[in-house]
Amino acid sequence: MTSETAQEPEYFAITGSDPREWEDIAAAAVKSGEDRLVINMGPHHPSTHGVLRLVLTLDGETVEEVRLVIGYLHTGIEKNMEFRTWTQGVTFCTRMDYLMPLFNEAAYCLAVEKLLGIVDRVPERAQIIRVMMMELNRISSHLVAIGTFGLELGATTVMTNGLLGRERILDTFEMITGVRMNHGYIRPGGVVQDLPPGATSNVRELIAQTRDGIGRLAKLLNANPVFLARTRNVAYIDLRGCVTLGVTGPLLRSAGLPWDLRKSQPYCGYENYDFDVAVQHSGDAYGRHLVRMAEMTESLKIVEQCLDRLATTGGPVMIDDKKIGWPAQLALGADGLGNSEQHIAGIMGSSMEALIHHFKLVTEGFRVPAGEAYAAVESPRGELGVHVVSDGGTRPYRVHFRDPSFTNLQAIPAMCEGGQLGDVIVAVASLDPLMGGVDR
Amino acid sequence: MGIEEHLPGDFLLGRVEQLAGWARSSSLWPATFGLACCAIEMMAAGGPRHDLARFGMERFSATPRQADLLIVAGRLSHKMAPVIRQVYDQMPEPKWVIAMGVCAASGGMFNNYAVVQGVDKILPVDMYVPGCPPRPEMLLDAIVKLHDRIRREPLGPHRAARLEEHEAKALQGISGVGR
Repeated sequence: MTSETAQEPEYFAITGSDPREWEDIAAAAVKSGEDRLVINMGPHHPSTHGVLRLVLTLDGETVEEVRLVIGYLHTGIEKNMEFRTWTQGVTFCTRMDYLMPLFNEAAYCLAVEKLLGIVDRVPERAQIIRVMMMELNRISSHLVAIGTFGLELGATTVMTNGLLGRERILDTFEMITGVRMNHGYIRPGGVVQDLPPGATSNVRELIAQTRDGIGRLAKLLNANPVFLARTRNVAYIDLRGCVTLGVTGPLLRSAGLPWDLRKSQPYCGYENYDFDVAVQHSGDAYGRHLVRMAEMTESLKIVEQCLDRLATTGGPVMIDDKKIGWPAQLALGADGLGNSEQHIAGIMGSSMEALIHHFKLVTEGFRVPAGEAYAAVESPRGELGVHVVSDGGTRPYRVHFRDPSFTNLQAIPAMCEGGQLGDVIVAVASLDPLMGGVDR
Repeated sequence: MGIEEHLPGDFLLGRVEQLAGWARSSSLWPATFGLACCAIEMMAAGGPRHDLARFGMERFSATPRQADLLIVAGRLSHKMAPVIRQVYDQMPEPKWVIAMGVCAASGGMFNNYAVVQGVDKILPVDMYVPGCPPRPEMLLDAIVKLHDRIRREPLGPHRAARLEEHEAKALQGISGVGR
C-alpha cells in the first residue's frame, strides 16, 4: 500500500449513467498493477442500517481498510433541548435512537432527577412501570435487530417474523402511552399517566405471544446451517478489543464479560428483580445473536415480575411535589386530548393561585438547581449515558448523550479489516447501530 | 418519457392513458430511502401486518434506477440533502415523491441549523403524510391516494393542455392550483 513507487492517486467519480466510466477505472487498475479499489458503501445502501457510510479499501474481495463516515442524520437534538423546558426535553431525546425511545427518556429523566435530588422520591409504581416499559422496548428493539440482521443476510422470513413480534409490542405501547413510537411517556418525577384499565391483562397476553414468537425465531435461526455459516467466527472481536474501544452491550457480553448496568449499577429498582445476564464467549456475530435471543427471554421474566408487583403496588405515578409533578392526572376526553375536569373546575373556579401555578409550571417549567449529573441505563445496544448541566434555570444549559451505537461503531474496522467484503454487512448488522442515536 | 408521450391527442390517447395509468399505479416500486424513525414505520408498512404487497409494492428497490416512487421517510439533514437529490435524479421518469412525516414535510419540531425545513426545498413532492411518525396505515392511505392520482394522470397533448390550464389559472392569481 505504501510502496515507494506509488504514483499520484487517480480519482474517479462514478455516477452510473455511463458504462464507459468503468472502462476508465479498469484501464487505470491494469496500469497500476494493483488489485486495490476504494469503494463507497452508503449512505444510501440497504444494508448499512440507515444512513451509515463506509469507505472500504478492497484488495479483491478482502477488506484492507474500513473508514466510517457518520453525520448524515445529524438533527441537532442536543442543541434544541437547550431551548426547551426540562419536561419538553423528553419529547426531543425520545426521537434520538428511535428503536429504544423509552430508554432515551428514562436515561434523561434519571439524570434530571439526580440533579433535582428526588431520586428516592419517585413513586414505586412509576419505577415498576418504567422497568416494564423498558424491558418490553428491549424486546421490540432486539426483534428489529434480529429481523434486519436476517434481511441483510437475504432472509426475508426472519424480518417478517421480527416485525410481527414488534407490532404486537407496539400495540401494547399504543394502549399504554397513546402512540406507537416516540412516546414522551417517562417524565422527570415519574411517568405521565397510570396504566389504562385492562393494560396488565393485555401485557400478560403479550408475554405469551412474544414467548411463542421468540421460540419461532430461535427455531428458524439458531441452528440454521446457512445462518451459522454466515455468522460463526465472523466479525470477531475479543474482550480486550471491546474494553479498549469502549464497546458495551451485547457485543461486550458476546466476548465474555457479563457487564450489564442493570446488575452492576442498578437504577429504577433493578436490584429487586430476578434475572440473569446473558453471556457468550465466542466474540463473533453468532454469539451476539445468541445474547440477544437470551436477553429477550430474560426481559420477559422481568416483565412478569413487574406485573406481579403492579398488582400489589398502588399509588401515584408522579412525584408528590407540586413544584415538579404535572398538575393533574390526565383524563382523556372525547377529542383525544384533555385534563381532569375536576382539576380544571377547581383551578378555574376557586383558586387563582393554583391557576397561576399550573400556568407557570406548564409554560415556563420547573427550575433545576445548578450543577451537573450523569446517569446511565443499559439500553439494548449498550450503555446509554446522559450528562446534563444546569445553570439553575428552567432549561438545560447542556445535555449530552453517550450513545452506545456511536461508541460501538468504533469497533467496525477491528471487526472487518482482513475479512471478506460480504462479512462487513454481517459485522454492521450484528453490531446493530442506529444512526438516529449516533448522529442525534 | 416513452412512446405514449408522442401519440396525437385525437387518436386513442384516452385508452392509452387508462392503460398506462393502470399499469403504473398497479406496480409502483418504491426506492428504499429510510432516514429516521419514519423508516421503521415504512418497514412496518411492508411487514406482514400491513402488507404493502397487496398494492404490488412489496419490492422495495435498492437501486433508484429501478424505482419510481421515492418515500422520504424521516428528517433530512443538510449533509444528506445532496445524496437524496442524486438518488432522485437517478430515478427514471415518470417518478413520484412522498414526504413521509412532519420532518420530511416541513422540518417538524427540528426547526434548527441541521435539518432541511421540508424536502420540497429540494424535491418536487406529490404527497405529504403528517405524523411523527405516521402510522403505517397513514402511509398506506397516502399510497392509495397517490395510486388514484397516477391512474388518472394525463399524457402527451392532454398533459400539456392540463399544464397550460394550470399556468393560466396561476397567472390570474387563483390560489389552490394543484398539479
